Amino acid sequence: MLNSKLKTIVLTVICFLSIQVFAQEQKKEMAYVKGGSYIPLYGADSIWVKVDDFLLDPYPVTNADFLKFVNENPEWKKSGIKKLFADERYLYNWEDDYSLGENTSERSPVTNVSWFAAKRFCECQGKRLPTLDEWEYAAMADEDTPDARVKESYNQKILSWYETPKTFENNIGSTFKNYWGVYDLHGLVWEWTLDFNTVLFSGESRNDTGDRDLFCGSSTIGATDLMNYAAFMRYAFRGSIKARYSIKNLGFRCARDSENL
Amino acid sequence: MKSIKQLRKNSFFLSFLALTAVLLTFFSCKPEETKAENIRVESKIQAQLTSPPFVPAPVGARKAAKLVVDMEILEMEGEMTGGVKYVYWTFGGSVPGSFIRTRVGDEVEFHLKNHPDNKLPHNIDLHAVTGPGGGAESSFVAPGQEKVFSFKTLNPGLYVYHCATAPVGMHIANGMYGLILVEPQGGLAPVDKEYYVMQGDFYTEGAYGKPGLQPFSMQKAIDEHADYVVFNGAVGAISGDNALTAEVGETVRLFVGNGGPNLVSSFHLIGEIFDKVYVEGGSMVNENVQTTLIPAGGAAIVEFKVEVPGTFILVDHSIFRAFNKGALGMLKVGGNENEVVYSGTQLEKTYLPEGSVIQSMPVAEKSEKPENGQEKTLAEKITHGKQLYAQTCFACHQAAGQGIAGAFPPLAKSDYLNEDIGRAINAVLHGLTGEITVNGDKYNSVMTSQNLTDDEVADVLTYVYNNWGNNKSKVTPAMVKEQRR
Repeated sequence: MLNSKLKTIVLTVICFLSIQVFAQEQKKEMAYVKGGSYIPLYGADSIWVKVDDFLLDPYPVTNADFLKFVNENPEWKKSGIKKLFADERYLYNWEDDYSLGENTSERSPVTNVSWFAAKRFCECQGKRLPTLDEWEYAAMADEDTPDARVKESYNQKILSWYETPKTFENNIGSTFKNYWGVYDLHGLVWEWTLDFNTVLFSGESRNDTGDRDLFCGSSTIGATDLMNYAAFMRYAFRGSIKARYSIKNLGFRCARDSENL
Repeated sequence: MKSIKQLRKNSFFLSFLALTAVLLTFFSCKPEETKAENIRVESKIQAQLTSPPFVPAPVGARKAAKLVVDMEILEMEGEMTGGVKYVYWTFGGSVPGSFIRTRVGDEVEFHLKNHPDNKLPHNIDLHAVTGPGGGAESSFVAPGQEKVFSFKTLNPGLYVYHCATAPVGMHIANGMYGLILVEPQGGLAPVDKEYYVMQGDFYTEGAYGKPGLQPFSMQKAIDEHADYVVFNGAVGAISGDNALTAEVGETVRLFVGNGGPNLVSSFHLIGEIFDKVYVEGGSMVNENVQTTLIPAGGAAIVEFKVEVPGTFILVDHSIFRAFNKGALGMLKVGGNENEVVYSGTQLEKTYLPEGSVIQSMPVAEKSEKPENGQEKTLAEKITHGKQLYAQTCFACHQAAGQGIAGAFPPLAKSDYLNEDIGRAINAVLHGLTGEITVNGDKYNSVMTSQNLTDDEVADVLTYVYNNWGNNKSKVTPAMVKEQRR
């Protein structure tokens, strides 16, 4: 009992220490995203959402990063995870608790991680998961424009990715660097966001009505431009998942407030 | 005395019993009196699922049961036509999805499993379900998860199922549809052959036949400009070696669906008349039908007896879809000729009231690319030619160049081709009308001029010349150019 309490304290200290050590270099590493306002989904009752300045990891968290985290925080290892915090597929593609195995690349994004694990990982780095709005805001950018959603070619590219199988096997940095200096927001894996489930998406896509929080059924039915289609697919995905799910195509990256540095 | 009385009493009782039995029999002879909702299920069975063009065994006299359906969703790459790849989203690994066969009163326990490798959430809306969303809301499932829901089959008929996750049109356009049959009590009348055919329209970034992995084009889908209209998910899925088959004298039943997402099918079988059509897959039966309309998200059951042998072509009679977009399938019927029903050609002679006119196709201005010095190898020409053949020539001249007797001359071991290459090039470029003799048989029909570039003509002819016992000539773009003059 005492032993386990001690262990927890030690781990928390380690976690805290690593925050201090990493804080300075992170400041350099992370991409600065200048805030602004945007409309998440266009529809009859579209609303503007304000996003503050924030910092975002330029790459998704890799298997190597997550292995290091598990080594430092063994309660998050594959065999030790509490069922409440992750389902049976947690780190399913890893060979065992502390090794990836031959078929899993160190430089691929870590996937098969639950929201709880992702959240904890970021906290241990002194960071947090990006909010849904932060993520969507940063992901509007292509190589040279902060909001490329009006470009047909950009949306077509995203839609094509949504159809391409097994991209989770690719290494980080294998897609383009966007306007903010962030890679892989599209083209590699889906990513957890802090509040992924605040958008209500019932599963009966044709029925979601305008009085829902953010999601407007009028735009589902009336959508004519590709921009919305790409976004719908992300929102549909988020609507289908729960915090303990561990999914092969779902990874994450961390963010932090800009003024906290 | 007492015993006689007893006996009389007994016999009275017996005749009462008999009367009751007769009455009961009489009433139970009126079938379907029980409301489907109240039909009891006693056993639990695993549903047999089949990939197209096959269907599970008929329900026959089976009692209503709890029917467990295990359906797995797979996102996978497949081939649309020679050299053209497409990422299909499927129910059960095929387009259309696995065929589900039930009867009225079944309680279907539906397990929808989204494979962990998949990228997207999906769900299923079965038109056979009475309930909000047809099951869509209860079955919304993330990759690597399984959802279970149940429903009772209340109405007999042939129903479409499809994915209804946003963007709904895209999920359907990528192949997420199939058929579920609800047979009446006692089953449909037995037939000799049953098949499963479903039409769908596809929208790709590249135009029809453009090789490589072709992504879905949302814009074309919105504009309803289909590049492919096909039966069973791909060009040629039910032709050539994959053709449906039957024997003379057999009755064939086709379960035909239309997944859409956009187009309505004018379903027709060339050379047959549907003896029976269950209109729109419901209970109304129409007889002696040539072409039946199948709406997107709808179905029909057609039945016909095949009287003569031959190859019968399934088409969407919105006919450019058949010959230019892939909506073409085959039913090959074997057996003995029946000349009372169909004689074949009895007489042929030239009829030229005002001289013959060659039909022509509109020819787009072709940019004649100068040869960049890199000649294709014979193998490359043949590969390219094979794709072109499948798109352009296959419908008439057939998969192995055998043609169709009396209508389209053979290209296999063809003396007509092997004697004169220039003449062959000319036919492709400018079309050919009037009587010709090929391998001793006379043909008199019309070939339209083909809208192909010099390079394409060269490759497709090289393919033909290097196959099926022809003389292995190599046709170059320069030779084609020569004939254009």
